Amino acid sequence: MVNLTVDGKNISAPKGTMLLEAIRGAGIAIPTLCAHEAVSRSGACRLCVVEIKKGNRTRIVTSCLYAAEDGLIVNTKSDRVLNVRRLVMELLLARCPESEVLQKMAKEMSVEVQPRFVADSDKGKCILCRSCVRVCEEVVGVSAIGLFSRGSQKTVGTPYNEKSDVCIGCGACVYVCPTGHIEMTSTGDKRKIWGRTFRMQTCDKCGKYFAPIDQLKFISKKTGVPMSELTVCTECR
Amino acid sequence: MKNNSDTQPRKLKDDLKMNYGPNKKFVAICAGTGCRAYGSLKVKEALEAELKKQNMNVDVIATGCLGFCEKGPMVVIHPDKYFYQSVKVADVPEIVSKTVAKGEVISRLLYRHPETKRTMFREEDMPFYKKQLRVVFGSNGMIDPTKIDDYLVINGYQALGKVLSEMTPEGVINEVKKAGLRGRGGGGFHTAVKWEGVRKAAGEPKYVIANGDEGDPGAYMDRSLMEGNPHSIIEGMIIGGYAVGANEGYIYVRNEYPLAVTHLNIAIEAAREAGLLGKNILGTDFSFDIHINKGAGAFVCGESSALFASIEGRAGEPRAKYVHAVEKGLWDKPTVLNNVETWANVPLIINKGADWYSSIGTEGSKGTKIFSLVGKIRNTGLIEVPMGTTLYEIIYDMGGGITNGRKFKAVQTGGPSGGCIPESLLDIPVDFDKLYEVGSMMGSGGMIVMDDKSCMVDVARYFLAFLKEESCGKCVPCREGVRRMSDILEDICAGKGTEGDIDLLETMSQAIADGSLCALGGSAPNPVLSTIKYFREEYEAHIKDHRCPAGVCKALITYSIDPERCTGCGLCIKVCPTQATSGEKKKAHTIDNNKCTRCGACIESCKFEAINVK
Repeated sequence: MVNLTVDGKNISAPKGTMLLEAIRGAGIAIPTLCAHEAVSRSGACRLCVVEIKKGNRTRIVTSCLYAAEDGLIVNTKSDRVLNVRRLVMELLLARCPESEVLQKMAKEMSVEVQPRFVADSDKGKCILCRSCVRVCEEVVGVSAIGLFSRGSQKTVGTPYNEKSDVCIGCGACVYVCPTGHIEMTSTGDKRKIWGRTFRMQTCDKCGKYFAPIDQLKFISKKTGVPMSELTVCTECR
Repeated sequence: MKNNSDTQPRKLKDDLKMNYGPNKKFVAICAGTGCRAYGSLKVKEALEAELKKQNMNVDVIATGCLGFCEKGPMVVIHPDKYFYQSVKVADVPEIVSKTVAKGEVISRLLYRHPETKRTMFREEDMPFYKKQLRVVFGSNGMIDPTKIDDYLVINGYQALGKVLSEMTPEGVINEVKKAGLRGRGGGGFHTAVKWEGVRKAAGEPKYVIANGDEGDPGAYMDRSLMEGNPHSIIEGMIIGGYAVGANEGYIYVRNEYPLAVTHLNIAIEAAREAGLLGKNILGTDFSFDIHINKGAGAFVCGESSALFASIEGRAGEPRAKYVHAVEKGLWDKPTVLNNVETWANVPLIINKGADWYSSIGTEGSKGTKIFSLVGKIRNTGLIEVPMGTTLYEIIYDMGGGITNGRKFKAVQTGGPSGGCIPESLLDIPVDFDKLYEVGSMMGSGGMIVMDDKSCMVDVARYFLAFLKEESCGKCVPCREGVRRMSDILEDICAGKGTEGDIDLLETMSQAIADGSLCALGGSAPNPVLSTIKYFREEYEAHIKDHRCPAGVCKALITYSIDPERCTGCGLCIKVCPTQATSGEKKKAHTIDNNKCTRCGACIESCKFEAINVK
């Protein structure tokens, strides 16, 4: 266990715990958009910043990537911290003016739209947190989507924005997306995602469409479980 | 590790001396990228042909960059060391028949002091070189970078021999520590501390990397070292590898530096053949090899973790560095990453000793530093000076002052992440700490000089536009914040700035500096903060008065013709691409500002300075 001080409160956490978990564990709220429990951390959104003091040195770090240390003095609400968080929220509101998630979060943080920033109209609700890319690579294991270009031109998508051969239509990217940017529509026996249409499998028991056939084939291949055993939905299993 | 193999490079060198020697007659021609652009390779061919024609057996050596790029191509005739500048193919027959054959000087090819008009024979007489201390960069002029023998003659690989035969790895680290060497790439981190960290870090294998991803606009120090003296970098890296316990090294070099890549490849191959690189170096049980990794030109790949990602074959994006590269660098293994110039300093420290090295420089910054001096400066080029030399000496003594007799306004140091330093601070000694104190930084050593015709808001706009393009886009403050700052600066330059813009830029700067993931975003606001700090009135003039005092921002200026000065020569009418200028011959002309695009063609053409910009 390590012992540290957060906003004047003494807390302890198991060694190796990231500050984000340690601080939240102590009942102190920290906003984040990109730290999803299903994927590794990227430190992209910068909302979870805190100010740490070690010896005489004070600095701003992302709590999602900084491991709790003995004797660390953490301030989660200093002016510098709030200044970073405010700017990040203002910038994201300007990038994704349609996002209800961001609007709600901004309201909770008392951040308003910065009138000097002209709102974007071409970015959708994507904040480039890369949770979708990570889940596709780390959890699903197909890497059907990735990040392209750099700087403000950066986008998420399939290679060359063409229909992906490796996407299995599982929709994991949709589930981890914090802002609801990724579109997935399911009608009847079809599911559409990333520009490709997948055929859905019906459940042997209840008859409902429950998963893309490509996804079940992928699972069968990966686990060695025969396809015939996978055609029952989770509810009927 | 002790053995007698250290005699090898020494013996090699003694054999070679027979061929070279200090009194040998040869012609050195600068074949750095700058001089090549001026046509130095044609001059070299002409020299060789002419020498053959006149039946003279004299070598012509194509050397690396000599630094005085303003006056290329440069030719130096040894052993007299007569220094000829701006040499053309047509000058060659005379150079051969007079200077090479008879030792006569051709005065029109000598450097002439712009004020005293005195001609100067040798490098050491010229103000550009006089105050320099070219311990790292000076060897460029003495060697053909494609020949390992040339490097051996100037004591090349002696340091490696010494290290492998007489020194322990800890001894090497101590020597570098005592010398006080700090990283030349921008951070100024103590090199020995880094080395020590890697030596002690758990994990195998360990890596040694040279960062040659020089990306600052106007900077080409590392390029000229890699092109002009590749072995000095390689030798430094082998020594570093020995010190930290690494057997593998990488040189990360921009693909836009084709000559550097070629010369490094030749050097690595030659070092391998000579037993200086590869398995059992100089017969010892120490093995070390170097690979070259070509970068695709992203500015951010100069940042350590992005550079590692790039070598690993991933997109060049930084990651959080709460665990240092010293412990988890390339492929998460302990890694020493030093700048090209830092590596080139290492053999020097071993050869001449830490005491000698630390006698140069200031309290906190030891040794010399190479700077690229560009912009509105008379003597454009590369200079190497002891740390602590003042900006004034650099700009006025070596740089020769501002072009066209204009007034100095600011010098931008440290590249896009650095800051602009005003005239009032020209007396500060240039070292890591002082530059930081005044809101700029050493960076890798770029210096862009600006005159009173430079608009400081426009300068900040330029750098932020550069950084906006070069941001990797991973974290929000840098990707979105720098873009928004850039938009605001574009607005201000277009006369669309609003009342609170300066305050907003300052608040954003603080948040971006604090909140960004890597040093690119962390230092991106510097050009804005330093120009606001020292030239706030220019920002205010743009925003409040819709005026660009320097006459640069096109939306805020108008051109007019002074009827007193205009002679009606018609030249401005001829050059104007939009037919905005008009008038009868021999009568004062006028400009229609509705048609004028403020391209400046008329200003350049007018011999009577009759065109006013307001």
